Amino acid sequence: MKEEKIIEVRRLSAGYAGRAILSDVSFDVRQGEIFIILGGSGSGKSTLLKNMIGLYPAMSGEVLIRGENMIGAVGAVRERLLRQFGVMYQGGALFGSMTLAENVALPLEECTRLPREARALLARLKLQQVGLGQFADYLPSETSGGMVKRAAVARAMALDPGILFLDEPSAGLDPITSAELDELIRALSRDYGITFVIASHELASVYAIGDRAILLENGGIAAEGSPVQLRDNPPNNYVRAFFRREPERARAA
Amino acid sequence: MATDSAGQSAPLRVESSGSETILALSGTLDDAAVARCWSRALGAARTSQGPVRVDCARVDSCGGAGFALLVALAEMAEERKQSFVVDGLAPQFRSMYDGIDRSKLGQTETPQREKYGPVASVGQAVADRAAEWREETEFVGEVGVGLAGLGREPRRLRLREWWVMVEKAGTNALPIVALISFLMGMIMAFQAAMPMRQFGVDLFVVNLVALTITRELGPLMTAIVLAGRSGSAFAAEIGTMKVNEEVAALTTMGLSPVRFLAVPRVLAGIVVTPVLTVYSMAIGVAGGLAVMMLLGFPLATLMHQLSGSLRVDDVLAGLIKSFFFGAVVAGVGCLRGLQTGAGAAAVGDSTTRSVVTAIFLIVLLDAVFAVVYYQLKF
Repeated sequence: MKEEKIIEVRRLSAGYAGRAILSDVSFDVRQGEIFIILGGSGSGKSTLLKNMIGLYPAMSGEVLIRGENMIGAVGAVRERLLRQFGVMYQGGALFGSMTLAENVALPLEECTRLPREARALLARLKLQQVGLGQFADYLPSETSGGMVKRAAVARAMALDPGILFLDEPSAGLDPITSAELDELIRALSRDYGITFVIASHELASVYAIGDRAILLENGGIAAEGSPVQLRDNPPNNYVRAFFRREPERARAA
Repeated sequence: MATDSAGQSAPLRVESSGSETILALSGTLDDAAVARCWSRALGAARTSQGPVRVDCARVDSCGGAGFALLVALAEMAEERKQSFVVDGLAPQFRSMYDGIDRSKLGQTETPQREKYGPVASVGQAVADRAAEWREETEFVGEVGVGLAGLGREPRRLRLREWWVMVEKAGTNALPIVALISFLMGMIMAFQAAMPMRQFGVDLFVVNLVALTITRELGPLMTAIVLAGRSGSAFAAEIGTMKVNEEVAALTTMGLSPVRFLAVPRVLAGIVVTPVLTVYSMAIGVAGGLAVMMLLGFPLATLMHQLSGSLRVDDVLAGLIKSFFFGAVVAGVGCLRGLQTGAGAAAVGDSTTRSVVTAIFLIVLLDAVFAVVYYQLKF
């Protein structure tokens, strides 16, 4: 089951204002795995993620989600593709005027025909899954950064997507909260078979959860493999420098 | 297989054997399927006379909505003290269903939010207003001190940034000020010319338009346009900086946000508003003259009438006001920006408040000037 390709990125080039940040990037994400996009600051992790979810128009290439191209998709095709994944943004991006439960219920309200009591119950269930059951009536401003991120995961899962995209889940969290979030990601992957695509550079978290990873450098893929394997057998100097935190070697590479 | 009104296969069949009610679910229990059978399933559970059994043997897959349905049915049975079983659920869904802790589902903490009674909320409102007045007075004082400081040390003005402010608030406002002033002059001349023609005094429309535009409407409309396009922009810009903690960064660097952010903007307002006002006066009068020419008066006659009726004092009266209007519009924009609370909605609130306060103060100030000019016979 793990061998089936769920996302295929084919020769993707992307960037801003005519300047390419990624050129000719190709890789696959397999069903049910936790896939990590690694890279230094400014290496294009977020750009790649945002192109995969169709937020920015790519310059060229294809992003196939279960065989359908996300790049340039419009209308019904785009809607069908959007239903297949959920996204957690770096800062959580919860709506500040709504409680956590209302944030989770929003996609249910707009995209399904479920009656009100069903939506409320489902929102509670999703919040319970991320361990926030008792905080359903809190506003985002009344909760901590870790809780906001977990609630954002609950909102991303509201419509039962098969894929979750997470942009820097560990950013700005203390080690314990970050580890809790890692546990949650592993549990969701194990219990619900959700495929994760995570942009991150928190190495501790990456070793703990990542099944496979790519390392971005200079607009291309410097290495591909399991994070632990990349750390122990780095294929080149830059990869070694990245995983061992050696700036001198990185400058030389 | 039974079909429902939508023509899709129904995911629910209700049967009863003896006193037991059996709800047989089938197919894919996604949100669409659950939405179709939710009320029927709960209705059947509500009217059941004995135990409720949910038969999931023919369920292919179960999403979050399906689990919500099972949980809702379980709660209903518990409420009515009837026995409830779910059977036939495939093992992977069974473990998910068993993972749901229903006992904790209803337990929610209520966040601590301050709530005031009627008396206390009046007191709170008064205290808030008093604090705001204090803040506003301090702001006016600090801007005044800052401007005086710039007078002594002009080099402290960051000229390149200040030029950009002048360009945005001044140069870029030229087209809209021109449009509004020209139309205002035209409309006034046209509306006045018709009734005045009946008395044969339509040439005096020139006096009317020239006086109103230079003394009142030119400065007023320019200030209102500036409040809408620049005061609000200042409030939104500084408000967003506040939300992003850029204002806090200034404070901890030992720089006063008022001097660093508000003073240059207020100075820009004081510089561009009089220029825009004179521009607006000229174009407004031109609009009035254009209508008069369309009504058949030769340009020479109109210019003669204009130079006979319009004095330098009239232009000056309008010009003096415009300095104050400029300071008020820019100052209010910056003040409201600095008062911004947390979050995206707070930026919107302070933008709204900046425009409302600025327009209110402009009209108030204009009334004060009318009284003062009258007393001085200016």
